Amino acid sequence: MEFFLSSLLNGVSYGLLLFMLSSGLTLIFSMMGVLNFAHASFYMLGAFFAYTMGLKIGFWPALFLAPIAVGLVGAAVERFGLRTVHKYGHVAELLFTFGLAFLIEEFVKLVWGLAAVPYRAPTILEGPLFTIFTTPFPRFRAFMMLVAVLMLVAIYLVLTRTRIGLVIQAALTHPDMVEALGHNVPRVFMLVFAGGTALAGLAGVIGGVAFVTDPTMAVSVGSIVFVVAVVGGMGSLAGAFIASLLIGCIQTFAVALDYSFLSLFKAIGLNVTPDTFFYSFWKLTLSQAAPVLPYVLLVLMLIFRPKGLLGTRED
Amino acid sequence: MPFAPTRSGDLLRFAPMNVGRWFIWGTTALVMLALPLVFRQGFALTLMSSMGTMIIFALSYNMLLGQSGMLSFGHAVYSGLGAYVAVHTLNLIGKGQIPLPVPLLPLVGGLAGAFFGVLFGYVTTKKSGTTFAMITLGIGEMVFASALMFPAFFGGEGGVSTNRVVPKPFLGITLGPSIQVYYLIALWCFLSMVLMYAWTATPLGRIANAVRDNPERVAFIGYDTQRVRYLTLILSAFFAGIAGALQCINFEIVTAENVSAARSGGPLIAAFVGGVGFFFGPIIGAVIFIFFVVALSDFTKAWQLYLGLFFVLMVMFAPGGIASLIALNLRVLEHGMLARLRWHYLWVLLAGAVTFAGFIAVVEMTYQLNDIAADGKGKVFGIAFDAQTFTPWLVAGTLLVAGGLALRSAWRGFRREWGEIEQTILDRGSA
Repeated sequence: MEFFLSSLLNGVSYGLLLFMLSSGLTLIFSMMGVLNFAHASFYMLGAFFAYTMGLKIGFWPALFLAPIAVGLVGAAVERFGLRTVHKYGHVAELLFTFGLAFLIEEFVKLVWGLAAVPYRAPTILEGPLFTIFTTPFPRFRAFMMLVAVLMLVAIYLVLTRTRIGLVIQAALTHPDMVEALGHNVPRVFMLVFAGGTALAGLAGVIGGVAFVTDPTMAVSVGSIVFVVAVVGGMGSLAGAFIASLLIGCIQTFAVALDYSFLSLFKAIGLNVTPDTFFYSFWKLTLSQAAPVLPYVLLVLMLIFRPKGLLGTRED
Repeated sequence: MPFAPTRSGDLLRFAPMNVGRWFIWGTTALVMLALPLVFRQGFALTLMSSMGTMIIFALSYNMLLGQSGMLSFGHAVYSGLGAYVAVHTLNLIGKGQIPLPVPLLPLVGGLAGAFFGVLFGYVTTKKSGTTFAMITLGIGEMVFASALMFPAFFGGEGGVSTNRVVPKPFLGITLGPSIQVYYLIALWCFLSMVLMYAWTATPLGRIANAVRDNPERVAFIGYDTQRVRYLTLILSAFFAGIAGALQCINFEIVTAENVSAARSGGPLIAAFVGGVGFFFGPIIGAVIFIFFVVALSDFTKAWQLYLGLFFVLMVMFAPGGIASLIALNLRVLEHGMLARLRWHYLWVLLAGAVTFAGFIAVVEMTYQLNDIAADGKGKVFGIAFDAQTFTPWLVAGTLLVAGGLALRSAWRGFRREWGEIEQTILDRGSA
C-alpha cells in the first residue's frame, strides 16, 4: 500500500510534467501541422534561463520571466526560420526543427558548459511535505503538480473562453476561412508557436529543479514526449493528458518492480534454467526493462490502434 | 521547333550502350582506384575509408527520404544491428567456427540489416509522413535502450571488439594493412552504388517515386503504398547493414553508440546537405559530412555547432542541397548567362566570408572563456587572441555586424539578378 501510494504520486507528478511538455507540442502540431522536433530543446532553454535569471533575481520572478523569454525565442524562430521554410512543406519544417534542436544543444554547451549547473529550488520548496507511512513526499513534487494543474486550467480557459482562443480553435480546422474573416493567421501561428514553446520553457523551469539541468536533458526527455504525443493521438490535448499520466505511472512503477518472466514461469511451474533459449530475455526484470517500456507501448499502440488513444487522424 | 522530341521521349529512348553512363561510372571507379596513390598517409586512408562507408549509408538513407519520401530518424538501427551481427560473425570466423571469407562479411551485415528491416519495417511503414518519422525515432530509442539491457549481444558499455585479421586469410587478403581495408570498402561502395542506382530504374524504384509524389493516386491505380514503402525499407536496410559491417571491419569495434539517435542523424544530414533530389547528392553530402566529423573535429571543439548551422542554413535557403545548386548553375551556364552572376557571386562570397569569420571568432572566444582548462588565450586563423581582453571581441563583433549587413545587400542583388535570369530562361522555353 505504501509502495503503491508513493509510486502513484510520483508517477502522477512525473506524468504532469510530461503533459506540460506534450501539451505545447500537441498544440503546435494540431495548429500548424509542424512536428516541433526542438520542443525538448525549449524545455532545456527554460531550465537554463531560469537558472541564470535565478542567480540575479531569485527563483520566483524567474519562474515567470524564463518561460516568457523562451516564448520570445520561439516567436523569433517561427518568424525568421519556420515561416521561411513553410513553403517547402512539412518535411522541410521537421528538418528545420531537427537542425534547430542540434543548434540549441550546441548553444547551451557553448554558453553554460558541458557539466550540470547547480540549479535548485528555493528553501521553502525543499524538504518533505508529508509522509505516506514512512515514505516522505517532497514539497517540490507537490509544487510541480500544482503548476501543471494550474497550467492545464489556464490552457482550457484561454482556448474556450477568450476571443483569441476561439480564433485559434477555428484556425485549427478552417485556416482559410479564418483568414477570409480578416484574422492574421500567420500571426496566430506565431502566437501559438510562442505559446507552445513558453509552455515547454515553464516545464523546463520546473523539470530542471526536479531532475538535472545539463545539456543532455533535452535528449533524455525529447523522445518520451514524442511517444506521449503518438500514444495519446496526434493533435489531441486530452489524449496527450491521459498518455502523459499513463507513461509517467508505467515508468515509476516499473522502476520499483523486480518481477521478470522467470518469476512468472516459476509461478506456473515451468522450469527455466540458464541453458533455456533466450535466457537473458526471460531473466530481465521489469526495473531493468523500464527505459524501453514507453517505446514498446508505442509499437503496440501502432499495431493495434494506429490513431492513438483519443486521436482522430489515421495518418 | 514543333516536332522537337520532348524530355520524357528522350528518357524512354532505347539505348543499349549508354556512353555517358559508362563514362561516369568508369571515371568513378578509376577515381576510387587511384585515390590511395595520391593520398598515401594513414590519416587520408582512414578518412577515405570512412567516406566510403558513409556514402553507402547516406545513399541507402536516400532510398527512403529522396526516392520514397520517408523521413527516418532511426536508420542507424539497421546499420548498427548489421554491424553487431557482423562483429559476432567475424569473431566466430576468427575462432574458425564459420568458414566464411572476411571480405564477404558485409553480405552478412546486409542480410542482418534486411532481417531487422523486415521486423521493424512492418511497424514503421504502416504510416507515412510525420508519423513515420516519429515511429522511427521511437524504434531507434527502443533499440538503443535495449542495447544496455542485453550485454551478451551488445557488449554493454564497452561494446564488442574484434580482430579483422583472421588465422586463415582468404586468397592472401589479410586485411591487416589499411590500404587493403580501403580497397575492400571501395569495392563494396562501388557495388552498392551501382546496385542502388540500378534500383531507381526498376519498377519498384519508379513506383516508390510515385508514392513519394502522390500516394493517393498510386493507391487509386491499384498499388498498395504500404507494401511499396515496406519493400523499399527492407532494401534500404540491407544496404545500411552493408555499411555497418564495413564500419565494423574498419574500426574493429561495435558499441551501443552505433545504434544511437546521433548516428541516425548522420545519414540524414549527409543526404540532405548533398541533395535528396539527385542520386549523386548524398555522395557529395557524405564526403562533406565526414570532412566535418573527422577533419574539422581536430581543429575546433565547436565543429558540431558549425555542422548544425550549415545544416539549418541549407534547409532554409537551399532545400535541394548542393546537388541542386550545381544543377541550377549548370542550367544557367547552358543558357550562357552565368557570366551575369559573377560579380554577385563574388560579393556574396566575400561578405559571407567576412560574416563567417566574425562568427567563428565569437564562437571560439566563447569556448575559450568557458573552458576551465584554458586561460582565455587561443588562436583563430593562426592569429593569437586573449578572450579576457576587449579588443578581440570588438574586432569579431565589427566583422560580424559589417559582414552581415554587406551580406544582406549582396544577397538581395543576387536574388534580383537570379530572378531575372530565371524569367528569361522560362520565356525562352515557352517561346
